[in-house]
Amino acid sequence: MEIYLDNSATTRVHPEVVALMVKIMEEDYGNAASLHRKGAEAERYVTRAREQVAKTLKTEPGRIYFTSGGTESNNWALIGAAEANRRAGTHIITTSVEHPSVKKTLAHLEELGYSVTYLPTDRDGLVSVKDVEDALRPDTILVSCMYVNNEIGAVEPVEEIGRMLYKKRPDVLLHADAVQAYGKFVIRPERDHIDLLSCSGHKLRGPKGVGFLYISGRTKIRPILYGGGQQKGMRSGTENVPGAAGLGLAAELAYRDLARDTEVLRQRKEELIGRLSALPGVRFNGRTDGTSAPHILSVSFEGVRSEVMLHALEDRGIYVSAGSACASRHPSEISTLSGIGLSKEAQEGTIRFSLNSQNTEEEIRRTADAVEELLPVLRRFKRR
Amino acid sequence: MKIRSFLIKYGEIGIKGSNRHVFEEALVRQIRNALAPLEGGYKVLRRNGRIYAESTDPCGEEEAVDALKHVFGITRICPVVRVPDRGFEALEEDICAYLADTFESMDFTFKVESRRARKDFPVDSQTMNREIGAYVLSRFPGLSVDVHKPDVLLRVEVREDGINLYSREIEGPGGMPLGTAGKAMLLLSGGIDSPVAGYMVSKRGVFIDAVYFHAPPYTSDRAKEKVVKLARIISRYTGPVRLHVVRFTDIQLAIYEKCPHDELTVIMRRYMMRIAEAIALKEECLCLVTGESIGQVASQTMHAMVCTNEVCTLPVYRPLIAFDKQEIVNLSEKIGAYETSIEPYEDCCTIFVARHPVTKPKAEQIRRSEQCLEDVIGPLYEAALASDEVILCRAE
Repeated sequence: MEIYLDNSATTRVHPEVVALMVKIMEEDYGNAASLHRKGAEAERYVTRAREQVAKTLKTEPGRIYFTSGGTESNNWALIGAAEANRRAGTHIITTSVEHPSVKKTLAHLEELGYSVTYLPTDRDGLVSVKDVEDALRPDTILVSCMYVNNEIGAVEPVEEIGRMLYKKRPDVLLHADAVQAYGKFVIRPERDHIDLLSCSGHKLRGPKGVGFLYISGRTKIRPILYGGGQQKGMRSGTENVPGAAGLGLAAELAYRDLARDTEVLRQRKEELIGRLSALPGVRFNGRTDGTSAPHILSVSFEGVRSEVMLHALEDRGIYVSAGSACASRHPSEISTLSGIGLSKEAQEGTIRFSLNSQNTEEEIRRTADAVEELLPVLRRFKRR
Repeated sequence: MKIRSFLIKYGEIGIKGSNRHVFEEALVRQIRNALAPLEGGYKVLRRNGRIYAESTDPCGEEEAVDALKHVFGITRICPVVRVPDRGFEALEEDICAYLADTFESMDFTFKVESRRARKDFPVDSQTMNREIGAYVLSRFPGLSVDVHKPDVLLRVEVREDGINLYSREIEGPGGMPLGTAGKAMLLLSGGIDSPVAGYMVSKRGVFIDAVYFHAPPYTSDRAKEKVVKLARIISRYTGPVRLHVVRFTDIQLAIYEKCPHDELTVIMRRYMMRIAEAIALKEECLCLVTGESIGQVASQTMHAMVCTNEVCTLPVYRPLIAFDKQEIVNLSEKIGAYETSIEPYEDCCTIFVARHPVTKPKAEQIRRSEQCLEDVIGPLYEAALASDEVILCRAE
């Protein structure tokens, strides 16, 4: 049996999404820019997908631009906005716990002469709105803050930052990396004064290789890809018709069932917390109450190397991540875990469980059983 | 019609006495294997004590040369153009066409070296050298003759079946053709050294099988895939490798629990050697091969190798024993294994490496320590042998 608890890495594509994409690839395979019927047909899929996405955010379809995924959306939002607003200023504020696709993009902008303030977080991985406000300078043009942290599931106060900026500095743009939040949270960019919002398809049972960037009406931004002028010249490149259609449908399905799914996720997460907290030498990272993301649970196991735990669980058909999947190849770059003050040893013993609403109580029970059984065995063997 | 072919030269085989044909036949077989996957329908033939690979397809020279560079036993690869014998004047024209075809810029020094295997050709070789040289000079004013150190040595060979022209010699890998020595069992890890050790032994004509010790969950499937990839890389030289994957975790854990901590690695190596030998004997291998090099790590001191060596009766060949790391890295790069060897699928076997391992273990002491395993090791050893999974690794 397979128990998949690595849904923040990626998800299994929804069967309805697969069916739609197969149909498009096999039958309606036209180029959305072609003038003939096949092209118009393809364009309709993209238009519809844009409408589906816009609806989930209560915004206009014209503000949605499809991209190749979260990384491109973050790159575009930051580089595009920074370049377009250079005359207004060159200062950007962000947090120290962002995803590498934000961090490294900002490091690139620093090389180009921008200055970036990285705000620390508290022990739960949360940035304070007050710190953001204090960091504002006359030349600040942009604040970038993730919605949900990918490593520990902390929900950052993006909405409050939006309101604060609206009151104090309405000229400053707000970018939110919502890759881990979209499909799990009600997000209202217009209400909350979010100007740029990055999302990815494959985290919500859509396909890989597609995502979108929401751009508010007032945002000055330049494209980062030049070419055939698709998507109003803002994002050149032949439209990924099956990808966009798949993402649109996945988004619609995710938001249709949002309340019910969130309830299931919370319940599963509580079951897992309940079982694991009874075990010795277990520490949960970040908050575990209702203010944290319903689908992510980060746990440090004392005296256990996370890769060993990961592979031992894998042996039993249970799939999890070590720390953060993106960071696990480069231990030196694990960010959030060190940002919240975890010792090196605790970081090396951290497992991320990330759930989806299909996970059953039985699966959680089996997973907890496996961990309970493995802990004493793995703890017997450590480097001396 | 022009025929694209390769004259293949071999060194050492030439001096073998009455066994010579055995070596030559093995070499021909290996050349055929190497060229078989290529387009061009290469024919490999022995003619007048030489080996030729011929194709009527004038394309794909690079590919063929690359394939031949992986065949042990070859010392030099000469791309040859064969033209029909239509008299001396026609030959001079053919040679000029050949030169124009072969070299991009016509500004080098050259020397002509002719040979007549067929003495009824009307011009003798001294005259041929002179006449051809003069004609080439008159046609390509950028060229000049240098009889001592020419940039290009143009060889013209008049044979029964035509006239061979060649001027390029590409270095082959040397060694002896595969299948002339027997089979070895290589202890293959995901590191830099062991694939190089396998290559080196194979170079003496030895077929290679390999054994890899897998320790899940302390080593991941990716680590195993990396070893498979390395086996595939060396198989371009060694021929298909039967890779034995042995599950070693339980033995490792038992050693960890029962034996002195600073001796873990030496005792672990002893069990690896025992298992490797058992599989080697079953597979009719005549030796074990490891990538050890004196003093590289604690388990590769001379003292430690006395301890690991004594558990087996088959000879253990360590072709890298006196190599420095950089020399090994150079070879690894040459055989195309380095990039894969350094892929960072860090395994957690470091748990089983003591921070301060013994560097001068005494065999007697190690034997005593091993007795701590007496009660448990029998079934674990059998289970490890039974876990043997064979993966056939061949170049793609």
